[in-house]
Amino acid sequence: MQPLTQHIIPGAPPLSLDTYRQKGGYRAYEKVLQEQDPASITNLMKEANLRGRGGAGFNTGMKWSFVPMNATGPRYLVANADEMEPGTFKDRFLLEGNPHQLLEGMLIAAYAIQATEAFVFLRWAYKHAATAIRHAIAEAEAAGYLGKNILGSGFSIHIHLHTGAGRYMCGEETALLNSLEGKRATPRAKPPFPQVSGLFGRPTIVNNVETLCNVPHIVNNGASWFQDLGNGPDGGTKIYGVSGRVKKPGLWELPMGTTIRELLEEHAGGMLEGYTFKGLLPGGASTDFLVEQHLDTPMHFDGVAKAGSRLGTGTMVILDDRTCPVGFVHNLEHFFAQESCGFCTPCREGLPWTEKLLLSIEQGAGTLADLELLQMHGTLLGPGNTFCALAPGAMEPLQSALKYFREDFEQHIHQQKCPYAHHLHR
Amino acid sequence: MLTPQEITAIETETHKVPVRSAACIEALKIVQQHRRWVSDESVVDIAALLQMSAEEVDSVATFYNLIFRKPVGRHVILLCDSISCWVMDYTSIRDSLFEQLGIRYGETTPDERFTLLPNACLGTCDHAPAMMIDEDTYRDLQPAQLAGILQRYT
Repeated sequence: MQPLTQHIIPGAPPLSLDTYRQKGGYRAYEKVLQEQDPASITNLMKEANLRGRGGAGFNTGMKWSFVPMNATGPRYLVANADEMEPGTFKDRFLLEGNPHQLLEGMLIAAYAIQATEAFVFLRWAYKHAATAIRHAIAEAEAAGYLGKNILGSGFSIHIHLHTGAGRYMCGEETALLNSLEGKRATPRAKPPFPQVSGLFGRPTIVNNVETLCNVPHIVNNGASWFQDLGNGPDGGTKIYGVSGRVKKPGLWELPMGTTIRELLEEHAGGMLEGYTFKGLLPGGASTDFLVEQHLDTPMHFDGVAKAGSRLGTGTMVILDDRTCPVGFVHNLEHFFAQESCGFCTPCREGLPWTEKLLLSIEQGAGTLADLELLQMHGTLLGPGNTFCALAPGAMEPLQSALKYFREDFEQHIHQQKCPYAHHLHR
Repeated sequence: MLTPQEITAIETETHKVPVRSAACIEALKIVQQHRRWVSDESVVDIAALLQMSAEEVDSVATFYNLIFRKPVGRHVILLCDSISCWVMDYTSIRDSLFEQLGIRYGETTPDERFTLLPNACLGTCDHAPAMMIDEDTYRDLQPAQLAGILQRYT
């Protein structure tokens, strides 16, 4: 069963409001407005154990339940559509294919937390998605799903589209809120958490696109239906992706907990002729490498954690035997060094240092002491030593590469050159 | 000086937010849409309109990589240099663009037709390597296609 993607035809125009309604769309929203109190929706999400699909995996209902419902004044809901994790392209598919599904999920979430305004924070590059969302908002407004006193329920909400101006940091929820306030996208201290003091200091919920798209389906079908969709402890489906030198790179909505082997061999068609699997990042650039021995890992939050990495966004990047692991990690650290917001010193100074060390190893000028330095950064830039999760995330692929591909690093140092044909040439 | 159209567009944005400074990024985008880039003079003008200091506006403008604080060409090429594109050999696309345009990253062709910039992951990794020119995304790129693609932009 593929509730999120069942009506999306790749390459076809997005579902119109009429088509979406013919397929059962907005029924969940009408039902909650007419029959259900906000707290029961939050409880339903808690019970379904809908875990955040942006990478952190936090229980969505739990997150919503932290909003102080007795506070008067504005409160906000934000859909995080700033998909910028390298190797990740899943939310684009949902946004371009079925924007009303996101809007319906947002509207139900907004009702559950009694939000007064809602925002879609969309990354600049997603031009088709911007057009699709703008059009869907206009259609939903005309149909009376948005606005004041919706369907006579007394509930009022508007949805605004904000398109970004670049920077990976905007995906971090507190940095995203600063950006929505027109400021530099630097992260905020937590606590207070956004649920209590978020956008403009008001209670705010930020949820990932894929998370929100699940909400109408859970309302329609119930918590146990959702639980049963998954293989393992986490319910639901997951949109998995594979990129790199495989036969059929792409995206598939599959039961949460599908194994890496099934994704790689059945859905992505295995490695391209002449290439052998060497390792992978299971959920974007800021997740630890997994290797051959982990291929039977189920891709759910606990499963990937047990293997020593994170599910992250669930979109995997494959490293093949003809691509240099040092060059691969250098590319990642270049990205993180560039995208560091510069607010805290370990991240601002440490990431460029790792990038330079990796470059020097890749170019044949590295020493064994450099490996110790790289290792040390794993602690210095690790959890607890930086202001937000960017630098600790950046250290995950680096530390695991040092563990699984140590021979490659040492070979570069001993031979004083990169032994791979596919490497950095700059 | 901002044009009346720019001022109207920026004012519309300020009505959507509780404080005027919250429209800062929108204001920068509006000015850039009209002028391709944001000059020092525009930073001062936006600041005055939003009741901010010029330094505050500039600190926001220089934070975001898609707000251009230097003049750019009529078309901006954003080449993805992130991991999936690197694995799929985006460097051959980069080198071919360097050669065909006669410029490097951050530069503009002398006829002001193109500016070339590297960009972080464009979110189309199953069709790597990829690039954007203005609003258009090009996927599964081969160096041989580039001349034909560039021709579409005058």
